[in-house]
Amino acid sequence: MKISKIKELLDAQVICCEENTNEDVFSACGSDMMSDVLAYVKDQAVLLTGLVNSQVVRTAEMMDMRCIVFVRSKMPTAEMIELAREAGIVIMATKKRMYEACGKLYSNGLVGNKVRDV
Amino acid sequence: MSELLKFHFDVDGTDFTSAGQASVQVKKNLRQLGIPPEIIRRVSIAMYEGEINMVIHAGGGEADVIVTETAIEIRLHDHGPGIKNIDQAMQEGFSTATDTIRTLGFGAGMGLPNMKRYSDDIEIHSELGVGTDIIMRVNLT
Repeated sequence: MKISKIKELLDAQVICCEENTNEDVFSACGSDMMSDVLAYVKDQAVLLTGLVNSQVVRTAEMMDMRCIVFVRSKMPTAEMIELAREAGIVIMATKKRMYEACGKLYSNGLVGNKVRDV
Repeated sequence: MSELLKFHFDVDGTDFTSAGQASVQVKKNLRQLGIPPEIIRRVSIAMYEGEINMVIHAGGGEADVIVTETAIEIRLHDHGPGIKNIDQAMQEGFSTATDTIRTLGFGAGMGLPNMKRYSDDIEIHSELGVGTDIIMRVNLT
């Protein structure tokens, strides 16, 4: 799914790296616990979260994720936007809640992925 | 196993916001060396979890990343409180982190399990009141 399609489905506002919204993502992960996100492996993924701090961007960067969606109208800080710009990660914000945002993406064909076994 | 390159980092234990900077730098360095992306991802996630652990539990520490022809080794060293029961700490979901840490998105009890998950080999040496040393290896071949 193109990142631009995610923007459209979630009626989201792109906050940075709009030039990368033509990229494809193949899976998604919705969580406020970053260690749970880190347990999940797949590149070119999108992260949906309601957590706002710099570690959200670092987690996405470590996972080679391409896009972060902040749900429930949460907005990233200037520092987070700067970190995302450096890493080329698209940040967007939606008014939708986590459950609905994930449901919209899932029902339109963007599925989750398995947690890697220990 | 001859050492080709070594990167050293001091991990600041006072600033949660800056935690992960060393892992970001390692990721950049490994990219420049032309290491395959999947290996880089495993090394950087394992190190990032280690870095976060050092910041939230141990007041910071030191990290060394050693690149050889056959593996990438991450050595973490801290003077924190030590791990009381390593077997318990390795269980997913077990955590001694405070609620404050949880509100920051960590302390889900996935740190050490994730470090094991992404490395080919992990050694943990810990002494209560002295500190913890962790060596993780990700094989290149």
